[in-house]
Amino acid sequence: MTQPQPTTEALAAQPASNWRGPWTLFKKELLRFWRVSFQTVAAPVMTALLYLLIFSHVLEGRVQVYPGVEYTAFLIPGLIMMSLLQNAFANSSSSLIQSKVMGSIIFVLLTPISYLGFFIAFLAASVIRGLVVGLGIYLVAIFFVDLPVVHPWFILAFAVLGSALLGALGIIAGIWSEKFDQMAAFQNFIIMPLSFLSGVFYSIHSLPPFWQKVSHLNPFFYMIDGFRYGFFGVGDISPWVSLGIVALSLIVLSWGTLRMLKSGYKLRG
Amino acid sequence: MTPAIKIEQVHKHFGALQALKGINLSIEQGEFFALLGPNGAGKSTLINLLAGLLKPTSGKISVLGFDVQKQYQEARRALGVVPQELVFDPFFNVREMLRFQAGYFGRGRENDAWIDEVIEGLGLTDKAHTNMRRLSGGMKRRALIAQALAHKPPVVILDEPTAGVDVELRQQLWDFIKRLNREGHTIILTTHYLEEAEILCSRVAMMKQGEIIALDSTANLLNRVPGKNLRLKLGGAMLPHGLEPLVRSMDDDIYTLALSEIAQIEQVLAELRNANVNVEDLQVIETDLEDVFVELMGRK
Repeated sequence: MTQPQPTTEALAAQPASNWRGPWTLFKKELLRFWRVSFQTVAAPVMTALLYLLIFSHVLEGRVQVYPGVEYTAFLIPGLIMMSLLQNAFANSSSSLIQSKVMGSIIFVLLTPISYLGFFIAFLAASVIRGLVVGLGIYLVAIFFVDLPVVHPWFILAFAVLGSALLGALGIIAGIWSEKFDQMAAFQNFIIMPLSFLSGVFYSIHSLPPFWQKVSHLNPFFYMIDGFRYGFFGVGDISPWVSLGIVALSLIVLSWGTLRMLKSGYKLRG
Repeated sequence: MTPAIKIEQVHKHFGALQALKGINLSIEQGEFFALLGPNGAGKSTLINLLAGLLKPTSGKISVLGFDVQKQYQEARRALGVVPQELVFDPFFNVREMLRFQAGYFGRGRENDAWIDEVIEGLGLTDKAHTNMRRLSGGMKRRALIAQALAHKPPVVILDEPTAGVDVELRQQLWDFIKRLNREGHTIILTTHYLEEAEILCSRVAMMKQGEIIALDSTANLLNRVPGKNLRLKLGGAMLPHGLEPLVRSMDDDIYTLALSEIAQIEQVLAELRNANVNVEDLQVIETDLEDVFVELMGRK
């Protein structure tokens, strides 16, 4: 074999940046859902509008949750938030389970992307997917219903924190699940009940005291109540309390997710 | 010079199974190195440890002097691994995938010229804009190799890169890999096609049951099994009893005999004449890596 010209070390000395790895992963995750936007954006918007159509037809004029707020208007922020949360969860979880089952996750595991970079890239893509779906429902809904916006910053804060929280939960579910069946269980037995029983379709004040207390244990309740407060300036509890609880949940869950990623749980044996 | 790969006293246990039992191995920069062994010998485990996909139970591994655990970012940037399984991401086309892959390693637009080179070198030019899902098996294999090379890694590990690959691609692939080796890249190869390792690699490690049982230059290994092979086609006749101890392998009526020296042919022919056996064809063949492999694997 001829003597090699440059050394391997010289080849390794090429400049490379540390932030570009996570940034590329984030862009890839965005493009991944955008390529199938019928399924990832248009479909959830359509589903939310069907809910809106049916529930408003059945309940409009019969129920007034807050004084001066029609049921349809009351329903919209809840529907937006529910779809936003479910889609943020779906983004990170389905990407991870798919690439694990297909084996293509190896292309990320072989790279120098740190566990923190990995976390941020997946979380940020989930937030964007959640916001895009939420904005889509909002834009279509305001065609049909007059929806006030009293505190836009609360709306934005709850949308971002909520989708981040579910994005983190999606990462945990995606890493924990080994097959689609387990992922479906996570989705149908945890995410769905928590979102349906959080006050999307009703105010928890309409519940018996016991179930009101139970609802307070559901983190989804705070996200939806705080988000709704941003639109109407009225809520079941103070938006600051909700914001604090959501932020705290996000911190705890992120910490847990980062520990899981750092340990290499189910990713690196 | 820092070794490209340094493995010191590495053990890997999966529960009760000891997949690697104290591996020590140093591969110099610029080497074209073969890691051989039967299925289950621990080759893939060793590669996964190098790539950081597994953590060793004990021991130390470094790539270009960077510890694969403590300095994993530098170590992984130095490494390009072609996985054995044909995996792909179904959302993107070949060029997009390669750009992403280079981006994961911190490389940007300045790397595009190299990606073009890889695409061309591996014969993927026509497929650069084809979705990964639509590629044939052979093309997927090429794309997989291209992905490992996208960030121009100084150390390249190819885990069975030619499994199920046609002759044309094999030729093209090796031409390209040889070029990389000439340009300074260290190449580590595992393969079941021993003649490939014999032609390409200057040094060989043979593994068996989690241990390295031979580590030497290809030339020295070939000298380990002395003598030559004599292939005889006897046209249906039985081999005389006196020659049976020499049989290395047998395939229908073709016998391969191991000769310790070329002069032994004389004795073989005499035995055949005495037994009145008609020789249809006769061939003297140099020992190859396969003989060494069979010899070493059969021991103990």
